[in-house]
Amino acid sequence: MAQIDLKNIAHSYAAAPSSEDDFALKKLDVSWKDGGAYALLGPSGCGKTTLLNIISGLLQPTQGAVLFNGADITSKPPEARNIAQVFQFPVIYDTMTVYQNLAFPLHNRKVPKREIDVRVRRLADMLELSKYLSRKARDLSADEKQKISLGRGLIREDVAAILFDEPLTVIDPQLKWSLRSQLKRLHAEFNHTMIYVTHDQTEALTFADQVIVMSEGEIVQTASPQDLFERPAHTFVGRFIGSPGMNVLPCAIDNANVVLAGHEVNIGRSVTLPSGAERIELGVRPEFVKISTDEDALPVTVEAIEDAGRYRIARLRLHDLQLAAILPDGAALPSGGTTGVSFDTENAHIYADGHLVERQA
Amino acid sequence: MQKTHDHKALWLVAPALLLVAFTAVIPLMTVVNYSVQDTFGNNQFFWVGTEWYREILRSDRFHAAFLRQIMFSATILAIEIPLGLAIALSMPKKGLGVSVCLVLMALPLLIPWNVVGTIWQIFARVDIGLLGHTLNGLGIDFNYTQNAGAAWATLIIMDVWHWTSLVVLLCYAGLVAIPPAYYQAARIDGASRWAVFRYIELPKMSRVLLIAVLLRFMDSFMIYTEPFVVTGGGPGNATTFLSVDLVKMAIGQFDLGPAAAMSVIYFLIVILVSWAFYTIMTREDFEPSGGAR
Amino acid sequence: MLELKSITKHERGQAHVEGVSLSLEPGKLHILLGPTLSGKTTLMRLMAGLDRPTSGEIVMGGQTITGVPVRKRNVAMVYQQFVNYPSLSVYENIASPLRVRGAARRDIRKKVEGAAEVLGIKEFLSRRPNELSGGQQQRVALARALVKEASLVLLDEPLANLDYKLREELRTELPRIFKGSGAVIVYATSEPREAMLIGDSVTCLHEGRIASTGTARALYDHPNTLVTAKIMSDPPLNTIRIEKKGAVLKLGGSSRLHVGTHMETLADGPYEIGLRAHHLGISAPAGDGIKAVVATTEVTGSETMVHAEFMETRWVSLLHGVHALNAGDKISLNPDADKLFAFDETGALVAAPAS
Repeated sequence: MAQIDLKNIAHSYAAAPSSEDDFALKKLDVSWKDGGAYALLGPSGCGKTTLLNIISGLLQPTQGAVLFNGADITSKPPEARNIAQVFQFPVIYDTMTVYQNLAFPLHNRKVPKREIDVRVRRLADMLELSKYLSRKARDLSADEKQKISLGRGLIREDVAAILFDEPLTVIDPQLKWSLRSQLKRLHAEFNHTMIYVTHDQTEALTFADQVIVMSEGEIVQTASPQDLFERPAHTFVGRFIGSPGMNVLPCAIDNANVVLAGHEVNIGRSVTLPSGAERIELGVRPEFVKISTDEDALPVTVEAIEDAGRYRIARLRLHDLQLAAILPDGAALPSGGTTGVSFDTENAHIYADGHLVERQA
Repeated sequence: MQKTHDHKALWLVAPALLLVAFTAVIPLMTVVNYSVQDTFGNNQFFWVGTEWYREILRSDRFHAAFLRQIMFSATILAIEIPLGLAIALSMPKKGLGVSVCLVLMALPLLIPWNVVGTIWQIFARVDIGLLGHTLNGLGIDFNYTQNAGAAWATLIIMDVWHWTSLVVLLCYAGLVAIPPAYYQAARIDGASRWAVFRYIELPKMSRVLLIAVLLRFMDSFMIYTEPFVVTGGGPGNATTFLSVDLVKMAIGQFDLGPAAAMSVIYFLIVILVSWAFYTIMTREDFEPSGGAR
Repeated sequence: MLELKSITKHERGQAHVEGVSLSLEPGKLHILLGPTLSGKTTLMRLMAGLDRPTSGEIVMGGQTITGVPVRKRNVAMVYQQFVNYPSLSVYENIASPLRVRGAARRDIRKKVEGAAEVLGIKEFLSRRPNELSGGQQQRVALARALVKEASLVLLDEPLANLDYKLREELRTELPRIFKGSGAVIVYATSEPREAMLIGDSVTCLHEGRIASTGTARALYDHPNTLVTAKIMSDPPLNTIRIEKKGAVLKLGGSSRLHVGTHMETLADGPYEIGLRAHHLGISAPAGDGIKAVVATTEVTGSETMVHAEFMETRWVSLLHGVHALNAGDKISLNPDADKLFAFDETGALVAAPAS
């Protein structure tokens, strides 16, 4: 187990990077605390897998240093780093039994047979694989195979960190639930540092204590799931997290008041913009858009209602601005083509050139 | 799998079926026909039943040729398969080296059999051949026209030179198809180079290895042109393999009946041994997984 | 109108699809919903004519087409993997079904550009598929299916390999893209949420058989069987066997629940009850709730999912807001008695909450 620090890390797949654009990963500093559960979240190509491979040692960064417990291990190969990694597709050793698969990392490190046996049986029990121990690993289903990959990571008690590279991609939705909560439980049990890479916000938010949101090789925000939801630091985070994502509506500030498509909007406070700000936007999550019949409600037309079962999504239009609102189960539907909406003032944010304008005390 | 009926497909297959009928099935039936009859020329044939089969199966000449044949196939398999695997494993996986290696490997395969035979016939000659002359110059008695060992060595080295490439190419194709995640996982699991080979590469390559073994077995078991060109089956009968013997019998002595019976036996042996290989190698331990699902 | 009449498909002695009868109207999005190996793909291959059913009949527009090969049917199919011709430009990829048909050059141009417009890939027409992102590649495949003007469009989990956000985006566009075509559209997915959001009619599949058919909303509110209720629930449905006795439900041990109004008329006896995660409240261990232990909690930002265990049962509660609970904490589970589904011994629905 270890604290992991990345210092000034940047990476380019080009042999001789000449410009900023050549870098898949642009200069970043990150610290991961011992025993934390972290997620790297972002769309394909944002650099999250590159970052993961730099930690595991499968990739040498173009610049910067990787520290495990303060020791520089940048040039060390994966086998010397004491990390475990679970890949997108289950990696199992076809000709081995489930038992042999789980024992393999210990076997390679010359752990005594008796100790191997104890650990394999205990872990198999936790992963609900006990009944398959003597079966050939290739005969199992995808989720069981992925559990074996996971098990090979967990079997070594001394690992510095366990890295997950979109491990639930090939798993059925119903089974995702059970594997995900199993993973959480294993984390609580073993207290390993775990880093989980995914493009799926649900997986990232439910797994991690701290989520690192990445876009185009840069870290956009590092925060708890709650903060990412309630106070996205950037409109990218607002849009990327949440389903549907945050409504980001161009607006103007007139005398410290917010003006949206000609209507003055009450967000419960006055706004002071940073100097030189060009693009001003109001960000409010669909969860915080309320159907309202108050006099100062914004007049919207209802374009469509999508039914997701336990809630509905109303697609609304305010002049030429589109926005979404989430209606909880049992909430009254906006009747007819038009209705009014208001925003939860606590959760309406102002963004200047994409960045959150902090509210004054 | 039960597919939708489509009669158009039948027409597409028909030419191939016809070709196979004319090149394989009909000649084979003719051979079977000859093998149960005797002739004194003049197109007069009479029925002898299994007479020729019994004669062939009892003859020392056939036993000897068969044994030589098995020895030859076993030897070249024992050399070519591990050697081919080793070369494939040491070939680069990306970069310019890949195409260079592949072209070099493919070269021997592009040369016709009789040309290969001629090359080695000359190469190993004592008087003018580079190999033969050099060896004798070093004091080693090497003469494939007089010494049985030298004749065998020449043929085996020739076959290895000619066909190991095929094994290399097949294995290489199997190797590059292994997803990189397997190697990465193995490194992280702390697996040794041997363990990577034993638990990842070999299981993932088992299918192509099977094909390599089958192809090399069948081909070497039926080898004719090269020994015919290089040694002509000699010295004595030292390199008279089944096919060489068969031709001697059929064309040299014009013993059509026994030769036909021998052909049928030969054919059955090839099928039987191939089937045995296939069964053994597709047994549970050898079968690769169905892939990521 | 596409009709399947008691279709069965066996392969090597195993039933992949068993006695499936369906009629699918044109101009609607029909969802096939079920987990892996429930028979979705097999059924689609049969509809396409790629395979021939072991028994049963397939009727399209009043004509039996059971044995007609796929080439002679007017079918378009989009797969989970992005299938495009790698050596052809995006334009040629989309144009390929029209070229095969021998359409006029001017027609092809018009249709390809129209489809590219609809799918928002007009600017990529001269590129090669492998220069595009996954989402764009799948749009190319969808555009190709669109220009074909097929009478049957089969979409086999087309969004499964896409990034979460792209999936969301395409999901809202898909119905709009295909609905105008007048074709029969079939969409296979394993996610109930996706089925809810895009489907006009949903068919739940379970082990090669139809578990139920209906509108997404109807199946969600009134799942005819326990199997359907499970397929239609995400997070998974909380279930437990109970014994009804008068106005109480006995859960085993000392746990009791009060009977909701919709279950009052049920005869006493054993039932299996189902409860969706967002109807399960939690509180400090007190009163008459079910005593349970927290296994894990997951926070999605706006909501918290609490996995709790009691009597070898594991339930999930979905709560608004962020709740700090630790594994091992003792809590009380408070099911909303009016939201319970009850199923009899055979798994058939006997009581559903009023909606």
